[in-house]
Amino acid sequence: MMNESYSWILDRLPYSEPFLFVDKLIQVDDDGVEGLYRFKENAGFYTGHFKNNPVTPGVLLTECCAQIGLVCLGIHLLEKDTMFDDLRIGMSSSQMEFLLPVFPDECVRVVSELVYFRFQKLKCNVKMYNDEDKLVCKGTLAGMISITNE
Amino acid sequence: MLKEEKYQKLKDIIQVYLPEDVAVTDISKDSHLMNNLNINSANLVDIVLDVEDAFEIRLENEDMENMQTVGDAMAIIDAKLSAK
Repeated sequence: MMNESYSWILDRLPYSEPFLFVDKLIQVDDDGVEGLYRFKENAGFYTGHFKNNPVTPGVLLTECCAQIGLVCLGIHLLEKDTMFDDLRIGMSSSQMEFLLPVFPDECVRVVSELVYFRFQKLKCNVKMYNDEDKLVCKGTLAGMISITNE
Repeated sequence: MLKEEKYQKLKDIIQVYLPEDVAVTDISKDSHLMNNLNINSANLVDIVLDVEDAFEIRLENEDMENMQTVGDAMAIIDAKLSAK
């Protein structure tokens, strides 16, 4: 049921399988975004994290928060000013707290809130909720986002 | 505000973002923020935002581009303060 007007943002994400952690965007505006991702049951990392006890690694929860909360928001904000061909991004800081585990096949919802986007640095507060709408993790992420037109 | 006072205020801001291998005593007016003090581009933005708050000024993209050394930063702060 994705709002058609957001699909262009997903098309511009610089990720692909097996490192794409965004399924849908359900809300995007200048102050933040909201999006969904289901952690696939057959993802390779579950065989090793942990042995015989698959739990989604915290770094991937952070990555999911960054892809939805930071990068999708950045693409939305950049587009207002300019057309771009090539997106260059890098995470510059992450401070996260993890409250609940996320198991294989769980669908999570990420909500981000813009702190600032200035001089190519984008900073957001992010929260991730599970199927039961319970807070899974929260924190503050920042990254540098720039574009090159060649 | 005295020049020395402004310089100290700027140094206090920069100090927070110095990597571990750079000491506050390494800061001089000729120090290049990225090349000598090893401040990365993300922290450079933090410095600019802190400078804006501390001196109650607003910096633009071109100020950011011109802010290469500690001395450049001082000059930009002075120019913005006198334009207020």
